Amino acid sequence: MKYLDEYRNVEAVGRLAAAIRAAVTRPWNIMEICGGQTHAIIRFALDEMLPRELTLIHGPGCPVCVTPIEILDKAVAIAAQPGVMFCSFGDMLRVPGSQKDLLTVKSAGGDVRIVYSPMDAVALAQKHPQRQVVFFAVGFETTAPANAMAVVQAAKLGLENFSVLVSHVLVPPAIRAVLDSPANCVQGFLAAGHVCTITGMDEYRPIAEKYRVPIVVTGFEPLDILQGVLMCVEQLEAGRHEVENQYARSVRPEGNRPALRQIAEVFQVVPRKWRGIGEIPQSGLALREAYGKFDADRRFGVEAITADEPAECIAGEILQGHKKPHDCPAFGLYCTPERPLGAPMVSSEGACAAYYRYRRRGIRD
Amino acid sequence: MCLGIPGKLLEIHRQDDLSMGKVEFGGIVKDVCLAYTPEAQVGDYVLVHVGFAISRIDETEAQEIFSYLEEIGGMMDEEAGDGGPGTGEPPISESPSLQVQDLPSPASRPPSP
Repeated sequence: MKYLDEYRNVEAVGRLAAAIRAAVTRPWNIMEICGGQTHAIIRFALDEMLPRELTLIHGPGCPVCVTPIEILDKAVAIAAQPGVMFCSFGDMLRVPGSQKDLLTVKSAGGDVRIVYSPMDAVALAQKHPQRQVVFFAVGFETTAPANAMAVVQAAKLGLENFSVLVSHVLVPPAIRAVLDSPANCVQGFLAAGHVCTITGMDEYRPIAEKYRVPIVVTGFEPLDILQGVLMCVEQLEAGRHEVENQYARSVRPEGNRPALRQIAEVFQVVPRKWRGIGEIPQSGLALREAYGKFDADRRFGVEAITADEPAECIAGEILQGHKKPHDCPAFGLYCTPERPLGAPMVSSEGACAAYYRYRRRGIRD
Repeated sequence: MCLGIPGKLLEIHRQDDLSMGKVEFGGIVKDVCLAYTPEAQVGDYVLVHVGFAISRIDETEAQEIFSYLEEIGGMMDEEAGDGGPGTGEPPISESPSLQVQDLPSPASRPPSP
């Protein structure tokens, strides 16, 4: 496919890897923010082409992984109610809540549906006026414009039977949290190309300035990732700390203005708890009061639930880049995609799932 | 979850007061909302995420990396002393795509350090 195949070209990948080897003179730690990038790095074994001095650290950019267990429990409670049609992206169905996951609700007879787009949930609400259709609105800035449009469209159509359970998260506060951690060892970042396609690059400049870290907005194909690494290494080696754009075929410095306007119309910035990490100030989105009647939380009045993570899961340390999946004693033994202990083993973009699928060596069978 | 797939915009229409388009992804055609890419024209490639086009792909910018690679490829050939840019190497466009490292058998790969 155009814009995919040519970015996986073996010869070109080899040239970039050689250029990176030539540029590196000492050890550097670079974090790729987005789970999609983590997946590509492990899938194409890009990290194994890099010189020994370079370490890629996997970041917290997997919305499925960071959706708090309390919200999962709320989703399960709402989905189990009679008359509810609960719609979600497929990745969320097998994420363990404290008692069960959405797939268990479905197998017990609950009407839980996988949708491709939030607009599919709006269409279901139009088609089934006698049912309460709830959409599980999770994601980063990339997904927020789509979810905002679903709410606006439901309002325009006067749908009384549509609501959203919102657990949106934002990338820049998570980068700050990583950098503020006393255990931080990250020296440069590959920012998430699709998040920045929406937001642009302005929010990242004060971070690069304050923490003196290079940030390179990067795409998702092997050539994109290696070029992003090269640009980041060149900055590190030269002592620069700027925001650069590797993914200019999609990212404009000002972002996507109509999408940003729609996000601001529907959502407001709020503090948000990240699964495995804890609360990060001003790191999430919630519905504005004007759209409060579409809030599933309010409509179904599910009580606030507090829940604990399984003690043996080290998802939090993996999401912050302090540990890798192979460091977890449960990895591949009693935590697998079939029976996950934590969310990073569920999502196709979770670091644990990527390592399990492509790099199972060293696990005792 | 932030997966975005590039596809070719085949036609534009309106539905429920929204700008919509038919977009082709390697032979599969899907309906995509164009509300966030009002600049996209039929024939353009757009990047699609959960049913929404989030950007029009800039063809000039997309080619940048390949010009850069030709440049560094030429420099590497010169350093290797084999007589100038590109000699002896196939052009990038003719070499194959990177293969997915799907489920390597434990015996075929070295143990992790």
